[in-house]
Amino acid sequence: MSYSETRTLFEKIWSRHEILTRDDGVSLLSIDRHLCHEGSFHAFDKLKMQNKTVRCPELTVAIADHYVSTSFPEKGNEVEALKVPIKKLEINSKDAGIRLYGVGSKEQGIVHVVGPEQGLTIPGITLVCGDSHTATHGAFGCLAFGIGASEVAHVLATQTLWQTKPKTMRININGSLSDGVVAKDIILHLISVIGANGASGHMIEYAGSTIRNLSMEGRMTICNMSIEAGGRAGMVEPDQKTFEYLKGRKHSPKLKDWDLAIKDWKTLATEPGAIFDKEVTVDAGEIAPSLTWGNSPEETLPVTGYIPSPEDEADISKRETLEGTLEYMGLTPGQKLTDIAIDRVFIGSCTNSRIEDLRSAARIAQGKKALVPAIIVPGSTLIKKQAEAEGLDKLFMDAGFEWRSTGCSMCVGMNGDITPPGERCASTSNRNFKGRQGPGSRTHLMSPAMAAAAAITGRVTDARDFS
Amino acid sequence: MEAFRKLTATAAPIQIANIDTDQIIPARFLKTPRSTNHGQFLFHDMRRGRDGNLSEDFILNQKEFKASGILVADNNFGCGSSRESAVYALHDAGIKCVIAPSFGDIFYTNSLKNGLLPIKLDRSIVQAIWKALASANSSEVEVDLESQTIHLPDGSTYGFEIDPFRKQCLLEGLDDIDLTLKHQESIEQHELIEETNYPWTRSIN
Ligand code: SF4
Repeated sequence: MSYSETRTLFEKIWSRHEILTRDDGVSLLSIDRHLCHEGSFHAFDKLKMQNKTVRCPELTVAIADHYVSTSFPEKGNEVEALKVPIKKLEINSKDAGIRLYGVGSKEQGIVHVVGPEQGLTIPGITLVCGDSHTATHGAFGCLAFGIGASEVAHVLATQTLWQTKPKTMRININGSLSDGVVAKDIILHLISVIGANGASGHMIEYAGSTIRNLSMEGRMTICNMSIEAGGRAGMVEPDQKTFEYLKGRKHSPKLKDWDLAIKDWKTLATEPGAIFDKEVTVDAGEIAPSLTWGNSPEETLPVTGYIPSPEDEADISKRETLEGTLEYMGLTPGQKLTDIAIDRVFIGSCTNSRIEDLRSAARIAQGKKALVPAIIVPGSTLIKKQAEAEGLDKLFMDAGFEWRSTGCSMCVGMNGDITPPGERCASTSNRNFKGRQGPGSRTHLMSPAMAAAAAITGRVTDARDFS
Repeated sequence: MEAFRKLTATAAPIQIANIDTDQIIPARFLKTPRSTNHGQFLFHDMRRGRDGNLSEDFILNQKEFKASGILVADNNFGCGSSRESAVYALHDAGIKCVIAPSFGDIFYTNSLKNGLLPIKLDRSIVQAIWKALASANSSEVEVDLESQTIHLPDGSTYGFEIDPFRKQCLLEGLDDIDLTLKHQESIEQHELIEETNYPWTRSIN
């Protein structure tokens, strides 16, 4: 078989975008889509300092999400200092002629939710954003990755990026999922198996029957957390589900272009016999509803598990780290996970805030009452509207949950939605780092159904007990 | 960008794995413009105990490590969020080199764009450096980018790898936007091919 017949999805997209390759093997890639958010002001400042302009404003889209208030979205934010980055995004976009989905726009939402929803994210392209969870978009079979401010400035000025070709890793997940196991459990389990830097330097392709059977929403949840496994990006080969999702979306290709695009997208899949630098295979049947207990996403256990003991850790540095984690998290070795009391619940973030996520939380919450404060933050204004059309807002409010507007919210706490010091939050987001949800906050990552169940019982709960 | 050639400085061992960029600089400081000194935000919450006061437990609060210029860290340093402010904070606090067994990919790239040298070494070597720092009377380490070597106070020396182009940029303090724009013609030619073959990728309707 010739080389061209055995290429991976990744290699096909990479070679299509390679402008040139230096002697040291680093390539200059063309960038098809660039998404900005409030944090991009560092890059715009840099451009200004260098007297440079934005080269392809028409391929750039700016979206406000990190600082937007979920209680008073029409004001941007009720806190003056938090309005500033939103304003900067507006000014920078306007000056450069960049399309903006800002405060008050009906398309506004979390950048990684809005991209696919508006058809900005399509197969075969390169897509970058100054945000590590850009890997989410790879669920559509494109090469999407997060970059820092200097690289954002570089993309703004040149619409290209220098990249060392990453190694490739295929993660095969086969078989049917047990009852009550969802995409979030798959990715948490996977990170616990390969480690928080298990995919470091690699581009991950998720494959296998379990992935094929997931909805686009589920695939996005999985690709989203590729960075938590250390991966440069994550991707899934595009298929009929991908095309159906994209058809008719605002920015999806139209008419003749749509037909040509579909024809092209069907040629993108990894060829049989293609070789990856690393292969990992996971049996879907082994995955249980899971949650994190520590401060790294690799610190994940099935909900039926127990807190580990530092005494069982031979490596001194690791033992000390574990002791520090347990102290920070306020947990004791041997404690049953389902005995952990929860103070508050956050259902949202680019990992789990899509309509499917809200529906699954609603199934748990229906007809019950939350024991602890719980907020629901839809991933976009459109998702909020759809949920309201389905009556989910009312269902949640009747169950004592707060129904908020869209944004990053308590995933990162930049808009003022935080978990207070010492409090323990059951969260559907992607990072359980120390202080991520606010100084001193304690985070347990889990699926929307498990988070909703925790709100009802006030402790870590196996959502299967509710069915 | 500021050039990096040779650095002789105190090296602080931080034996904690997975130090993410949220630890290096918490999210609430990210709205600060680059012109403000970011050194004050470095490890802001890690440095402080529950009472909010600086804790002696954190190595950079200890007298002999306050003015460290090098960190010797554990696996996956700088993982997580892409915030370049994490590098600004290290840089402004005077830390111009981080040695670790592995790094978050984006952090690694961000460092190289800001005159901060990230050095990847096998964990066994990093452990040997921790040991050497603990047993020697001094914590002064010399990092020489030109010869790609690290000299420890006990006289031992280790080599390290770095991509030759990145090395050149660091040595000369080059910013790559201007270098890239020299390829303008190739870029435009390539774009024309993409526009012809895949027109839907090069415009947003
Ligand atoms: S929801 Fe959280 S992870 Fe996603 S883009 Fe916003 S802050 Fe980042």
